[in-house]
Amino acid sequence: MIRDITIGQYYPAESRIHRLDPRVKIVCTLLFLVSLFIQNSLPGYVIATIYLGCVIRLSKVPLKYILKGLKPVVILLLFTVVMNLFLTDGGETLVQFGIFTITENGLRTSVFMAVRLMYLVAGSSIMTFTTSPNGLTDGMEKLLHPLNRFNVPVHEVAMMMSIALRFIPILLEETDKIMKAQQARGADFESGNIIQRAKAMVPILVPLFVSAFRRANDLAMAMEARCYHGGDGRTKMKPLHYHGRDRVAYFITLIYLIIMFVVGRFLPFKLWIF
Amino acid sequence: MSIALEHVSYVYSPGTAYEKHALKDVSFEIPQGQFVGIIGHTGSGKSTLIQHLNGLVRATSGRVLYEGQNIYEDGYNMRELRTRVGLVFQYPEYQLFEVDVISDVCFGPKNQGLPQEECEKRAREALEHVGFPEKYYKQSPFELSGGQKRRVAIAGVLAMRPKVLILDEPTAGLDPKGRDEILDQISELHRKTDMTVILVSHSMEDVARYVERLIVMNRGEKMLDGTPREVFRHYRELEKVGLAAPQVTYVMHDLKARGFDVSPDATTIREAAEEILGSFRRSGKI
Repeated sequence: MIRDITIGQYYPAESRIHRLDPRVKIVCTLLFLVSLFIQNSLPGYVIATIYLGCVIRLSKVPLKYILKGLKPVVILLLFTVVMNLFLTDGGETLVQFGIFTITENGLRTSVFMAVRLMYLVAGSSIMTFTTSPNGLTDGMEKLLHPLNRFNVPVHEVAMMMSIALRFIPILLEETDKIMKAQQARGADFESGNIIQRAKAMVPILVPLFVSAFRRANDLAMAMEARCYHGGDGRTKMKPLHYHGRDRVAYFITLIYLIIMFVVGRFLPFKLWIF
Repeated sequence: MSIALEHVSYVYSPGTAYEKHALKDVSFEIPQGQFVGIIGHTGSGKSTLIQHLNGLVRATSGRVLYEGQNIYEDGYNMRELRTRVGLVFQYPEYQLFEVDVISDVCFGPKNQGLPQEECEKRAREALEHVGFPEKYYKQSPFELSGGQKRRVAIAGVLAMRPKVLILDEPTAGLDPKGRDEILDQISELHRKTDMTVILVSHSMEDVARYVERLIVMNRGEKMLDGTPREVFRHYRELEKVGLAAPQVTYVMHDLKARGFDVSPDATTIREAAEEILGSFRRSGKI
């Protein structure tokens, strides 16, 4: 059950996307997210689909995996769709019953909104699927490095992030183990009203917190034992360097962004959808 | 009255990059009251295997029978099964959560729906079985030493009065004294009651002394199954899969190879000593 959460997980494979510099992937993901917001038309979404589809294809991450990552946002998605469907005015009225009306605009907005949300999640999960947590924080650190001048502790933040990321699977596994251990003692997490269920969480949460603190303590000790003292003067074993392929990736994404911008600017969707 | 696996296979995360066959076509039957050891190298599927016995993990294919009943049948009472088949996980002290020792041990019986007095009675009995001193009953379990925590956690399962007790590496991380004490108490418990005990370990030495039957797991498959004596005869094969027979087995085989009239089947130091003495007696040297 807990293992099924795929969002934010690394998917090990040998692919062109995996080999890209993490900085490229972070920047391009951001640009992709931006591109979804600067236009709102059918051709724009078609282009975004092609771009995303190519990246997914190149990354060798099974589509099933990415769809599984969408599961947690399904409720948010449904909520947005329903809200937009009923509450947007304008255009022809398509269906009407009682106080509910569905207008042409409403239908269009809700469909586009749903697609946009799904692409947001899929786009960012492709980044985490193809970049190891370490690579991700390395890239972040390097990208945010200029902020050091303004006394932002970039290295410390990056270190905290990488530790937090590293601990997610560990704590998930731990939760799984503790749940099983308590189930073996007859604990029941599924039945009862909400208060009983909340109470049933105590035997999981207490050991989980205890173990999280213990692990944090151990880790701090281990880091100190290896003379960790923050980012000053710390060198990297594998420093990040841009390669030819990274430049190509930047170039392609930039062209994609320009196309999206042009499409969003000069093509009103009214003309294209009906 | 038995617990049985029939052609059980289990696959982790099927259809993904992480797909892993943890168990492949494992079958065996354990009659009530037997003391069984399951050994295997790290990652041989021991822990996955025992989680099938109380239904925490559902087999990808195959059946698990408890007292002749298929536990995967619709409407089978899994919670009831889990109180009958008590499972003590590896490092069980990490599951403690209550404010004092006695309430933590009461957690199991309470989940069975027993009244408070009965819970406490069973908790006391269980703590006695594992040799936990009474003066610490009201202490926080988090303030105890590692060995004592382990006892409390084992008592937490025993308090449900299971018919089958499964222990996953109960001595991991304990010092030799704590290890012997816990194993002795488990063996004592087995002798006094009609409980089936399944002991999972990677240490042949530990297991050989206590169990009547050994099941050796290798890469998710059952490799050997028999009395310790029978199993250790295959000591060369055991070595190949990263396990080893107890040291006395090697000594006895060496002695035999050098012309001593001993049977190499001894599995414990006591047996070996008797065998060697017997050999001297036979040859008239004593």
